Amino acid sequence: MREGLHVVLAKPGLDGHDRGIKVIAMALRDAGADVAYLGLRCTPAEIAAAAVERDADVVGISVLSGAHVALAEQLLGAMEAAGSRAPVVVGGTVPEGDAQLLRAMGVADVLPVGTPLDEVVSRIVRIASEPAALR
Amino acid sequence: MSDRLAYDKATAELPGTTTDSSIEVRPLYTAADLAGAALEERLGLPGQPPFTRGPYPSMYRGQLWTMRQFAGYGSSEETNERFKFLLRQGQTALSVAFDLPTQLGYDSDHDLARPEVGRVGVAVDTADDVDELFEGLPLDKVSVNFTINATAPIILAMYLVAADRQDVAYERLSGTLQNDILKEFLARKLFVYPPAPSMRLAADVVEYAAAHLPRFNPISITGYHAREAGCDAVQELGLTMADAVAYARELVGRGIDFDTFAPRLSFHFATTLDLFEEVAKLRAARRLWHSIATEQFGAKDPASARLRFFSGNSGATLTAQQPYNNIVRSTIQCLGAVLGGAQSVHVMGYDEAYELPSEEAVTLSLRTQQIIAFESGVTRTADPLAGSYYVEWLTDEVERRAREVMDAVEQAGGAVAALEAGIPQRWIADSAYRIEREIGSGARPKVGVNLYEDEAGREELRLFHLDPRVGERQIRRLQERRAARDGGRVRAALRALAVDLEDGRNVMPALVEASRAGATLGEMSDVLRQSFGEFKEPNPW
Repeated sequence: MREGLHVVLAKPGLDGHDRGIKVIAMALRDAGADVAYLGLRCTPAEIAAAAVERDADVVGISVLSGAHVALAEQLLGAMEAAGSRAPVVVGGTVPEGDAQLLRAMGVADVLPVGTPLDEVVSRIVRIASEPAALR
Repeated sequence: MSDRLAYDKATAELPGTTTDSSIEVRPLYTAADLAGAALEERLGLPGQPPFTRGPYPSMYRGQLWTMRQFAGYGSSEETNERFKFLLRQGQTALSVAFDLPTQLGYDSDHDLARPEVGRVGVAVDTADDVDELFEGLPLDKVSVNFTINATAPIILAMYLVAADRQDVAYERLSGTLQNDILKEFLARKLFVYPPAPSMRLAADVVEYAAAHLPRFNPISITGYHAREAGCDAVQELGLTMADAVAYARELVGRGIDFDTFAPRLSFHFATTLDLFEEVAKLRAARRLWHSIATEQFGAKDPASARLRFFSGNSGATLTAQQPYNNIVRSTIQCLGAVLGGAQSVHVMGYDEAYELPSEEAVTLSLRTQQIIAFESGVTRTADPLAGSYYVEWLTDEVERRAREVMDAVEQAGGAVAALEAGIPQRWIADSAYRIEREIGSGARPKVGVNLYEDEAGREELRLFHLDPRVGERQIRRLQERRAARDGGRVRAALRALAVDLEDGRNVMPALVEASRAGATLGEMSDVLRQSFGEFKEPNPW
């Protein structure tokens, strides 16, 4: 595992529930990661640009409005357009059926509400640590 | 004769324990803990200053709390159907949830709006949508709560147009507009304009209501969302009161007499699982507001110092694991709200970690309220926990500590300056992180999460399912309405709104006229955005 994983976290869409993503940002930082939390109402293009600029090992978004499928789709498109190969992780109120759909779309992992914090951290770190060639 | 020394010896080895707000609790409280200022004076009688024991003399013997389940999704038609369903089940008033585009001032066909239309609440684009929302529901009879903040003046204007069309006089309208923009910056995060013009809009609404809407609460000053975002009970109370002080200063600063608007200020608190601390907090809230209103603002009308509140139980305490446990958690929280003397209560659905509540889940939430109201007997007497050594001691302690939070906000320059500096947001996030680590380590027990976990998997819930075509239908309807209206009248009304904003006049009359002319929520919001600019949260992360 290379030192100081680069993590970009953001809230896309319009919802304001940022308790979870801030907690995750603090926990990842305590686990030694370099974390940029971009804040609320980020556009897919802004998130993708930050992923490129910060050479992100993983990009995490949190959506609690139910709009996760449309927003993840937009983000994956923007990441490709920006030339970022960083894996995308989605958290929030994601029902199991949608989680499968998201994975099929190319989302690396889904962390629904209720996932224990240490598990969230270890799964994000694991994904971020995978060599880019395997992605 | 009791032997206190022997008791203390017998309990000396007990491990320490604290409340949810980290207040250390001893194994026993006695009459000695009620010493200090005379209890009678600190409590008063129900309906009498300082209102610790409740805002009304007869409390639930006179009138039960209002059962007000928060509801809304899809378009007006779907939500109107859910409202009528809830009223048939015995709900006694309505509470509207709006979708995110409506809360942020975007029409349903805006690019940012499209993925979110109708998802977390009902989509409203024009006054016609509000008309349809209340189709068959007479607005002079049914009290309505609107959870709307940045766009509150616009939604109020549309509601007034709907009342006109039902031939209901404004003075007969009852209900509550949340209209608490400060807690949006603090915790809920659905702000649009910067804090200063946002305060102006909130105050415009309160001022307008003081003149035209005598039975309507034009603001609900809210600690609920800060609590949901992670702060503790003491911080929740302190931050709510700091915000209340900021609004009162804004209005008094306009030269408005405190007693003309203060009786219609309402409050909104969370009620979570630490039952006695929650009851203590709600009792302390009434005493604290009385003290602020009389000492700081010189209230002469007792109603100005009489705190009334709505309570919602906490979604953050509910778990995705073993979701039926949430029914039990919600019952305890609803009981806390009632023992704390709530005027109005919402109970969460047990399935809300997954989706909007299903019809079955909201019915159960309502039944929870009804069982407490009609079967438990807790409604028989006002403030039944008064005089409890522990609860009175804790009420004093919560009040004292909440005052310290208020002092810290004051030292940061008051609620607005503190928010702009990101200070209370940091308190909330730090507390949320602490709670999550405590759950992780097991220091904070959560049944089904870190205790008695069931590896067998999750129960199959019958979840709510939103019709995915709802967004397209709403957009089509919006476009038809735009095409059908008198464009010249809309443009004139929007220009008049811009002029009133420029001249510093109250925005409400121009918004009512624009709504009546068929202007959309997005168009009116754009005029406001043009004038005020948009707020981007400072990001210390």
